[in-house]
Amino acid sequence: MDVGQMQRQWIDYAKSLFLEGFLDGQFLQLQQLQDDNNPDFVVEVVSLFFEDSERLLKDLTFALDQNGVDFKKVDAHVHQLKGSSSSIGAQRVKNACIAFRNFCEEQNTDACLRCLQQVKQEYCLVKNKLETLFRLEQQIVAAGGSIPTELSFSG
Amino acid sequence: MNLGSGKGSTSGSPLKTGEVVSDKFPAGLRVMVVDDDPTCLRILERMLRACLYEGAYSLSFFLLGTEKKCNLAFFFSVYVVVNSSTCTCQSPPTVSCYGVFASNMLFDTVILRFDSVWLLGSVTKCKRAEVALSLLRENKNGFDIVLSDVHMPDMDGFKLLEHIGLEMDLPVIMMSADDGKSVVMKGVTHGACDYLIKPVRIEALKNIWQHVIRKRKNGLKDAEQSGSVEEGDRLLKGCDDGDYSSSVNEGKGSKKRRDEEEEGDERDDSSTLKKPRVVWSVELHQQFMAAVNQLGIDKAVPKKILELMNVPGLTRENVASHLQKYRLYLRRLSGVSQQQGNLTNSFISSQEATFGATSINGIDLQTLSVAGQLPAQSLAKLQAAALGRTTAKAGVSMPLSDQKNLFSFESPRIRFAEGSLHHLSNSKPMNLLHGIPTNMEPKQLVTLHQSTQTLGNLNMRVSTPAAQNNPLLMQMAQSQPRGQMLNENADSHATRFPSSLVQPTVPNSISNGVLGNRITGSSNITSAYNTVPQNSSLLNFPINQTNEMSVGNFPLRSTPGMTSIPTKAMFHEEGTSSITGPGGFVSSYDMFNELHHQKSHDWDLTSTGITYDSSQHANPLQGNIDVSPSVLVDQGFPCLQQQSVQTRDSTSIGKPLFSTGEAIHQSNLQNVSQHLNNLVDSSVRVKAETFPDPSSQINNLFSDQYGQEDLVTAFLKQQEGVGPSDHDLDFDGYSLDNIPV
Repeated sequence: MDVGQMQRQWIDYAKSLFLEGFLDGQFLQLQQLQDDNNPDFVVEVVSLFFEDSERLLKDLTFALDQNGVDFKKVDAHVHQLKGSSSSIGAQRVKNACIAFRNFCEEQNTDACLRCLQQVKQEYCLVKNKLETLFRLEQQIVAAGGSIPTELSFSG
Repeated sequence: MNLGSGKGSTSGSPLKTGEVVSDKFPAGLRVMVVDDDPTCLRILERMLRACLYEGAYSLSFFLLGTEKKCNLAFFFSVYVVVNSSTCTCQSPPTVSCYGVFASNMLFDTVILRFDSVWLLGSVTKCKRAEVALSLLRENKNGFDIVLSDVHMPDMDGFKLLEHIGLEMDLPVIMMSADDGKSVVMKGVTHGACDYLIKPVRIEALKNIWQHVIRKRKNGLKDAEQSGSVEEGDRLLKGCDDGDYSSSVNEGKGSKKRRDEEEEGDERDDSSTLKKPRVVWSVELHQQFMAAVNQLGIDKAVPKKILELMNVPGLTRENVASHLQKYRLYLRRLSGVSQQQGNLTNSFISSQEATFGATSINGIDLQTLSVAGQLPAQSLAKLQAAALGRTTAKAGVSMPLSDQKNLFSFESPRIRFAEGSLHHLSNSKPMNLLHGIPTNMEPKQLVTLHQSTQTLGNLNMRVSTPAAQNNPLLMQMAQSQPRGQMLNENADSHATRFPSSLVQPTVPNSISNGVLGNRITGSSNITSAYNTVPQNSSLLNFPINQTNEMSVGNFPLRSTPGMTSIPTKAMFHEEGTSSITGPGGFVSSYDMFNELHHQKSHDWDLTSTGITYDSSQHANPLQGNIDVSPSVLVDQGFPCLQQQSVQTRDSTSIGKPLFSTGEAIHQSNLQNVSQHLNNLVDSSVRVKAETFPDPSSQINNLFSDQYGQEDLVTAFLKQQEGVGPSDHDLDFDGYSLDNIPV
C-alpha cells in the first residue's frame, strides 16, 4: 500500500469514528493542537486517558462491589471519567458516564452495575478504535508520509 | 483591552505602524493550572502554551495598559513584524527589533519590562491542589493567573480558590465538567473570575488574560489612589457580585471620606462589571462587623445582621455573601495563623475588639484584628498584594509581627475588590488589632486581639469602630499623636501619631476599622503604641499605619511618615502619660498585645490595656488612637472608662467610629471581651477618654493637635520605646483619607 492509499484509509477510518459517534469535535481540537513541535500530542494524551480510565474503572468496580456502596465516591469517579473522556472526545464513553451518574444519584446499585458494564464496553470499543487509528498513523509515518491534518466531512 | 482595531488573528499579517493589536493572549502570562485528571491537565497545558505563544502581539498591548506611558503602537508593529512569523508554540516570541527602538527611552523601558516580565510566559501544571498552593506561596509574584478544577480529591477547588484569593489575590478560573447552576454559582460567590465547562476549548482559554489585566488595572488604580478608601471600595466594587446594589455603597458616608471619591465613580465607569454591586466599604464593613460581633460569630445570620446594620439598600443576599467571605477569611486566618484556635476565638472577640479597638489605637485595628491571625509578614504581604502596592514596608517594622496582620486584613479587602470574595473576607474588618501588643503594659497596643494577635503588629485596634469616629479619630489621632507618639521620638512620633491616630479613627468609620492610615499619622499611632515597650506589638499600632489607619486603602505602609514610626510608639507614648504602666496604654494595646501574642484574649486585653491604665491609659489609648478617642473609649476599654474619663465621652467620640459598635461599646466598655470592637472603638475612644472631655477633646484634638499634648505626652512617656515601626501597614482596604495628617 502506498502512502497515499494509507492516508486515504486513515481519513476514512477517522471519519467513520466520528460518524459512529465514537469521537466528537473535541478530538478534532486535539488534532489541531498537534503540530511539528508536538508531533505526538494526540497519542500522548490518549495514552494518558487510557491509563487513567483503567484506574477509574478498577476503582469503580471495587466500589460497587462493596456491601455498603459509597455512592459519593462512585459518583466522584464517574465524574472524573466523564471529564476525561469528554476532554479527548470519547463521546460514547462520556454519554455512558452521564447515564451512570444519574443512577448514582438514585443510589441504585443494580442500575449502577449495569452502567458500569456499559461504560466498560464503550471504553473498550473506543480504545480499540483509537489504537487502530494510531497504528495506521504509524504506518503512514513509517512509509514517509504525513498524517492528514484535515478531516473534511463534506462528502 | 482592546486598544483599537482588534486584530485577532494570530496569523502573521504584519500590523501597520500605529495599529494596535487587539486582545491577544499575552505571551508573558504565567499560568498555573491545577487538575487532578492527568488527561485534562495535559490538554490544558498544551492549549495554554498554544495561546501563550500565539499571542505574541498582545504582549505589547498588555504592556501598554500597564505602563500607561508609552505609545506601544510603534513597538507593536515592529514587534509583530518581527515575531509573527517566528512565533511558535514552543519558543517564546523574541524581540528582534529591540535595537531599532533602543534609542527611544520609552521603549527602552517598555522593552526592558517586556523582557523581564512579559516575555516569560509559562504554564505550570499541578495535579494536586496542595502542591499548587505551596508553589504559589513560594513564588508570590510568579504567577499571573490560576486555572483550577473544581472536583479534586485532596482539596476542594473552591477552597483552593479561597486560599488563593486571600493570600495572593490572583485571578482564578474554575473548570469542571459539572455545569450545574449551583456549582457555577458557587464559583461566583467564592470569587472565581470565570467558570469554564469541560471539555475546555482553546477558544475559551484565549481570553483568560483579560482577567489578569482587569485585576491589575484595578490594582493600579488603587495604588494610585494611595490608600484612599475608595480604592478599597473600588476594588470591592470590582469584585462584588452583580446582585449587589451600588446604592448601598453610595449611601455610605464613606465616600465623603475618601479623598478621591470621584475615582470611585470613575471606577465604576471603568469597571468591567456592569452589574451594580455593593461595595463593602470600610464603613459598611465596620457596621457589618459590629453586627456580627454583637450577634456572635456563631449566631450571626444574614438576616439578623442585616437588621442590625440597618443599611438601606443592602439586601440579605449581600450580607450573606459578605458573611461567607468573612467566615472564609476567618477560617483562613485560622489556618494560616499559627494559632489556629486562637484566631477563631480571638477573632470573634477580637472582632469586637476590633471594632472597638480600632479606635484605640486610633488605628483601625480592624485590619489588625482581621489580620490578627496572620503573621505580620503575611499580613503585610497580603496587604501589599491586595493593595497592589509594594508592601515593602511590610515589614511593618513593628516588632510585632502581627502588624502585618493588620495589613493583611486590609489586603484581603482589597483583594476582594478584585473580584474575589476573598477580598472581602479579608478585608473584613477584622479589627485586627494586629499588632497590638498584648502586653498589657507595653502592649498598649491593644491589638485587636484576635486577629490582631497575629497581627500583633497591628495594634491597631483600630478596628472598625473607627469608622465612626473617623473624623474624630482623625482629629484625635492627630492630636493624640502628639503626645503619644512619642515615646520614642517624642517629637517625631508625636507628630506622627496624630496622623496615625487620626487615621485609625477614621478607618473605623470609614473602613472596617482599618484605619487606612493613609494618614501618615498612622505611623504616629504606632508610635503611640510604642508605649508598649518593645513589643512591637504595640507597635502594631504602627500598624495603624497599615492597619487601621488605612481604612480602606490604608496603605499604612505607604503612609508616609507613619511607617517609620512604629505604632507602638504611639501607644507607648500614651502609655507614659496615662498608662502608667502597661496599663494605661496597654489597655488599649492590649488589644494589640493580643495580637502579638496572638492571644486570643479578647479585648480584655485591650480593655485591660485600657483599664489597666485606665487611670491613665485612657490617654495612652488616646494617644494612640488619636483616631478616635471616643472610639477607644468606647471600645470597651474598660480601662478607658476607668480612666474616668470619659469613658463614655470618649465613647461618644469613639462612637462615631463605630456606629454599630457604639452600642457595643457601651456594653463593651464593661466587657472587655467584646473588646475587639471596643478596642477599635475604644482605641479611638481611648483617646477620648484621656481627654477629659472626649468630645471636646476630640475637637480639641483636631483643632489643636498639640492641645492634647498633655495626654499625649503622658502616653509618650510611657512609651518610650516606641520605635518607629515601619510597618507596612498596608491597610489596603482602609485608607484614612480623611484623616488630616
